[in-house]
Amino acid sequence: MITLSSVHKSFGPKKVLQGVNLTVQKGTSMVIIGGSGTGKSVLLKSVLGLVTPDSGTITLEGQDVTTGERDAFLARFGMLFQGGALFDSLPVWQNVAFRLLRGTLKRPKAEARELAIEKLRRVGLAPETADLFPSELSGGMQKRVGLARAIAAEPEIIFFDEPTTGLDPIMSGVINALIREIVVEMGATAMTITHDMSSVRAIADDVAMLHDGVIQWTGPVAQLDSSGDPYLDQFIHGRAEGPIAAVR
Amino acid sequence: MSRPLAALGAAVLAALAAMGRVTLFALDTLTHLLRPPFYARELWVALVQIGWLSLPVVGLTALFTGGALALQIYSGGARFNAEEVVPSIVAIGMVRELGPVLGGLMVAARVASSIAAEIGTMKVTEQIDALTTLSTHPMKYLTLPRVLAATLALPVLVAVGDAIGIMGGYIVGVTRLGFNEAAYLKNTVDFLEVWDITSGLIKGAAFGFIIATMGCYYGMTSGRGAQGVGRATKAAVVAASVLILAANYLLTEAFFSA
Repeated sequence: MITLSSVHKSFGPKKVLQGVNLTVQKGTSMVIIGGSGTGKSVLLKSVLGLVTPDSGTITLEGQDVTTGERDAFLARFGMLFQGGALFDSLPVWQNVAFRLLRGTLKRPKAEARELAIEKLRRVGLAPETADLFPSELSGGMQKRVGLARAIAAEPEIIFFDEPTTGLDPIMSGVINALIREIVVEMGATAMTITHDMSSVRAIADDVAMLHDGVIQWTGPVAQLDSSGDPYLDQFIHGRAEGPIAAVR
Repeated sequence: MSRPLAALGAAVLAALAAMGRVTLFALDTLTHLLRPPFYARELWVALVQIGWLSLPVVGLTALFTGGALALQIYSGGARFNAEEVVPSIVAIGMVRELGPVLGGLMVAARVASSIAAEIGTMKVTEQIDALTTLSTHPMKYLTLPRVLAATLALPVLVAVGDAIGIMGGYIVGVTRLGFNEAAYLKNTVDFLEVWDITSGLIKGAAFGFIIATMGCYYGMTSGRGAQGVGRATKAAVVAASVLILAANYLLTEAFFSA
């Protein structure tokens, strides 16, 4: 279980997180929605320690994420970045098997390559993709490779940062279905940030809406349309009129 | 009156703060020398990129500089009938000063810019964050191998540059200035001391450290977007070049002042 309590983060005068409280139950898929620039990525990166909150606590299974052995902590996570964040200088299979080629999870090279090809197959990519470089792939293929890398070491917790941004609707559907399948299959805890409502409905068990630096609403995805929250209603229906200013 | 003074004070404070940040960055890099894991493959790739691939530019720079130096010394020496000093002055000038400094500046232009652009792009495309989430420390994986490779490769490049520069002087001396081949080589060897060569190699190592540290620092602190990476690249080359010249003066003072 991941718990965020009163998490604050500012960048200069800009207050991004202003007391976020959120609980993600083990083995569930939480999707965080919210407008652009509301701090969704900052929230995700705070959990991983890529951004240090100004105040508040974040715990994983009751233990503060800032204490304990960092490598062991990070080994429990996989992350799909918005742009894929694949390493340009490495072929696809070495991107996927990055964690399996070094550090505590190191395997023999041939075994790591086999595992990488297996994960590529799992995300619908042919084994021939393994020896290509990221620059030779389309955007959708790069996302899939990023997804394969996120799941390569079979982490307990997977984060997805805007998994469908920049993809066509069909490819978005493919990625959404893959994420859902993989999360269920692995029994992993998932946290996804997106403002794509089709992703929310495809991926989420629970939804949280971040607005003005706090969690405005949270609940099961089934209650999304009947929440009665004017902020959530405006967001999910994409209305220009409502309590959320169109120009922020 | 107070406004220009305030601006000057702010600029000095900003420069001191920047120097402090760079120093801390360099010290942080060095601490990783003592703490595993070490990435041998990354070090090898960096040695090839920084050392091997810089050989043509360093070699050509040294060749033309050695030739021009021979012409200048011959022309200057002729004013007091001292044309025979050409071989020894070319050799001393190359190994003590021009080999390390010009080699360092050429490598700074080629390598500091490339490192800053590469790491800066990795930063803006979240590849640095991805490294961290994959339990790989960016300082260990990106910075240390490059700094180590540049510190090891530059003395070798300087040595090769010295030899080619002296050869440039020899070619001009023999073909254009009428020097006897054997006499030119004898004068070069006789007047050159081991410390002349060693001091140049030490300078090379210091310049290599400066070049890679500046490239990595500005890459790691790059701003967002193409403009941010562009600024980081420019700043890395400027800072590395100025620091090379400043370090050259300080090292020369330390090595050769009476």
